[in-house]
Amino acid sequence: MKAAVIVFPGSNCDRDVAVALEASMGAKPLMVWHRDTELPAVDLVVVPGGFSYGDYLRCGAMAAHSPIMREVKARAEAGTRVLGICNGFQILTETGLLPGVLMRNKDLKFICKDVTLRVESDRTDFCRYYRSGDVVRFPIAHAEGNWFVEPKTYREMEDNGQIAFRYATASGKVDESANPNGSLGNVAGIYNGHFNVLGLMPHPERLAEDLLGGADGKLMFDSLVEALS
Amino acid sequence: MSRITPEIIASHGIKPDEYTRILEIMGREPNLTELGIFSVMWSEHCSYKSSKKWLKTLPTTAPWVICGPGENAGIIDIGDGQAIVFKMESHNHPSFIEPYQGAATGVGGILRDVFTMGARPIANMNALRFGDPSHPKTRHLVAGVVAGIGGYGNCVGVPTVGGETNFHKSYNGNILVNAMTVGLADASNIFYSAAAGIGNPVVYFGSKTGRDGIHGATMASAEFDENSEEKRPTVQVGDPFTEKLLIEACLELMATDTIVAIQDMGAAGLTSSSFEMASKGGLGVELDLDLVPMREDGMSAYEIMLSESQERMLMILKPGKEDVARAIMDKWELDFAVIGTLTDTGRMVLKRHGKVEADLPIDPLAQASPEYDRPWTAPAKAPVVRLEDVPAHPPIDALKRLLGCPDLASKRWIYQQYDHMVMGDTVQRPGGDAAVVRIHGGRKAVAITTDCTPRYCQADPHEGGRQAVAEAYRNTSATGATPLAVTDNLNFGNPEKPEIMGQIVEAIKGMGEACRDLDFPVVSGNVSLYNETQGQAIQPTPAIGAVGLLADVGKHTTIAFKTAGNAIVLLGECKGWMGASLYLRELCGREEGAPPPVALHRERRKGELVRALIADGLVRACHDVSDGGLLVAVAEMAMSSGIGASLDAPSSPALHGWCFGEDQGRYVLEVHPDDLPGVLEAALAKDVGARVIGTTGGHALSVGGQSAGIDDLRTAHEAWLPAFMGAEMSGH
Repeated sequence: MKAAVIVFPGSNCDRDVAVALEASMGAKPLMVWHRDTELPAVDLVVVPGGFSYGDYLRCGAMAAHSPIMREVKARAEAGTRVLGICNGFQILTETGLLPGVLMRNKDLKFICKDVTLRVESDRTDFCRYYRSGDVVRFPIAHAEGNWFVEPKTYREMEDNGQIAFRYATASGKVDESANPNGSLGNVAGIYNGHFNVLGLMPHPERLAEDLLGGADGKLMFDSLVEALS
Repeated sequence: MSRITPEIIASHGIKPDEYTRILEIMGREPNLTELGIFSVMWSEHCSYKSSKKWLKTLPTTAPWVICGPGENAGIIDIGDGQAIVFKMESHNHPSFIEPYQGAATGVGGILRDVFTMGARPIANMNALRFGDPSHPKTRHLVAGVVAGIGGYGNCVGVPTVGGETNFHKSYNGNILVNAMTVGLADASNIFYSAAAGIGNPVVYFGSKTGRDGIHGATMASAEFDENSEEKRPTVQVGDPFTEKLLIEACLELMATDTIVAIQDMGAAGLTSSSFEMASKGGLGVELDLDLVPMREDGMSAYEIMLSESQERMLMILKPGKEDVARAIMDKWELDFAVIGTLTDTGRMVLKRHGKVEADLPIDPLAQASPEYDRPWTAPAKAPVVRLEDVPAHPPIDALKRLLGCPDLASKRWIYQQYDHMVMGDTVQRPGGDAAVVRIHGGRKAVAITTDCTPRYCQADPHEGGRQAVAEAYRNTSATGATPLAVTDNLNFGNPEKPEIMGQIVEAIKGMGEACRDLDFPVVSGNVSLYNETQGQAIQPTPAIGAVGLLADVGKHTTIAFKTAGNAIVLLGECKGWMGASLYLRELCGREEGAPPPVALHRERRKGELVRALIADGLVRACHDVSDGGLLVAVAEMAMSSGIGASLDAPSSPALHGWCFGEDQGRYVLEVHPDDLPGVLEAALAKDVGARVIGTTGGHALSVGGQSAGIDDLRTAHEAWLPAFMGAEMSGH
């Protein structure tokens, strides 16, 4: 598998996800600067977390219009796997690759903590090593993770199986108490209609090593390596 | 040019005798720009004029110290060609006036001090003190400071891994915001601030200069009065996005061989950075202020020199390297301008619109700034409180009260607003004795802690100074890390009052003793004086930030109990010291008594023992005993794991003294029964008192015939801060 990580001014999880990818791939991903207009031939593009362009104007809004994102969008439409984490998810919604918007958290504060998620679909290249219904622990670290989409689209997404992860209790119950940011339907991550683009607010790369407190996130990178190698 | 009147001199915070000295140095009356430069350079904040004499007594060297105080930050060697660069700095005055920006720019400033030296920041910490929770401003200040620290640190992508927060009425009018940054550098590629090379270009880069923050350093050197809120315009505004770009641009530039010297523009902005660089190099400097990137039109030389606009750097480049540097700044979209050259005149000459606006001799200004031997009186010693004079409360009831009191209550509400995991190396997150952060890509890790017990310092600044250092030593050791060095942030009231000066002198003496005896040198620091409002001073708060090294990160220990059926071992003696304890304050309403003494020779032995036991794999969990005493420490170990404990109290001291006395130099260990003989033997060999005080297991904590479920304790511990803060937020 060949992977590229897009680096915007203000990205700050680019190194973290590169470390996690390298641990699963056995090779370093390519780091692609936002001003580049050409994307090398890769199997996976990661849009990492951080504060691209300082999150000024609106999270992800400016990054969505940077030169490299035109290329990312074209690749995604041609079927290349694209993973957007946290700010990367926000950028993917701003480019229109994923539906919905990410609004301010319901309590208006930045939240950094581990959350438990229920895997909603294991039939994608991102989640081969999970089973639907599994509860996994990933950290979140965001102020704008309150995902929303209008009801009609939401119903279609549910029917298509486009919900990837929902915030859930440790026993897998999806309820208000497990929802850290007010997102619609406790949604933590979603796919596009072709299941080659995944965006999620939690950070799988932050719990991809036991020394850091857990390795549930590593399975996502292992899944991608197996699917795309 | 305006004439310099006594009013103008006074409004610049310059004392009449200092003005006389200015006249001698200049040989003429200074103009307003020159006076402004003297004012900031001789401010307490920049010159340390009241504390210098005493700071010189602190130990600052050790074989592993690469750079002690005097540079932007201190540097220690951690082996393998790697160095740790760290410092703590206050942003107290601006944070009280405008909490969000004050705290945010405090973080920005300390980050710059560290990456200026060639280090990538790898962790932030903070030590916060707020007023009484019932004070009408406290909630607003907590909300603003926490949001400001998070807003800045989260965006730059440096994890905020820990800290401490206290509440006390003495901080009602002067909160303390002390921020610490720890960075990792290549020991062979460290950058200093001494200018060199006559004719070399002086380069400005980063953000543009605006009119914000003019005279921040002078404000931070005076007491507050009822009009202090009018000083809001002197608080700077931070832009963490630019700081992030600045970090990446600096580190990229530092990997090329182009920089002679570099310094960030902190307090007193362009004035102090250019002066200090020239002064350290024994050179002169000539600047054309027309070339400074400016945010607004019509700025005078005075405003340009005294602006404290954030995210700006000054450097001396090697000749002919301007294009290399400019290309990197262009990539990161930062302003870049050659604004002057180094000269051999020993003078600073500033030009604006082709006219000389200031012409000052550098040495007398930057190095011969005033140094005072201020009169001081040693504080009276508080009497020792006898345990028999302190009423006994049932232990579990008292424990619940203590776990929920503002100083001990969980600070989760705070640290969850800080990204403490970015960079992927946070091995121990906030909530333990010290944060543990792995050195990226290897097996080593650093343990980082901040400590100070202001109520001890109030009762006896000398003992309090010793205790702050000893507690940092203990917190570091409790993770298994070898304590290496400290940074200090000395927060006090008005040094012109002999009793306050006495607190400063005694606290520094106490700190010095502890640092010497524990081989724990001070490598950097900051002094914040005049923390007084309408004559009411803060409790003396010499905050200590410490760094220790773990050779193998896999061997770090946490405070959480690991399994049921293990022995709980107390290292150190317990006599039930109640003076200046939290029990006395929170349960008896008494803020009195001498604080617990620290026995430094035993402290060191105990630290060595704990670290050896951890390294040998004999310790499952470890926690030092501090605020609230033994039962609080055990409860914290239980709450962070969900595993309970049952304790057997000895017949003496009295139960409440055993549970809540704050005798120093103690650690609680969780030890597997098989390892117990080895642990007790090792303690005996080191002549350290050790006894088994209980067993882990179950889901409750029981002692003295009382018991409480861990969930109950957690509720008591977790509820206070969210409930307190939840009552705000109507108009934030």
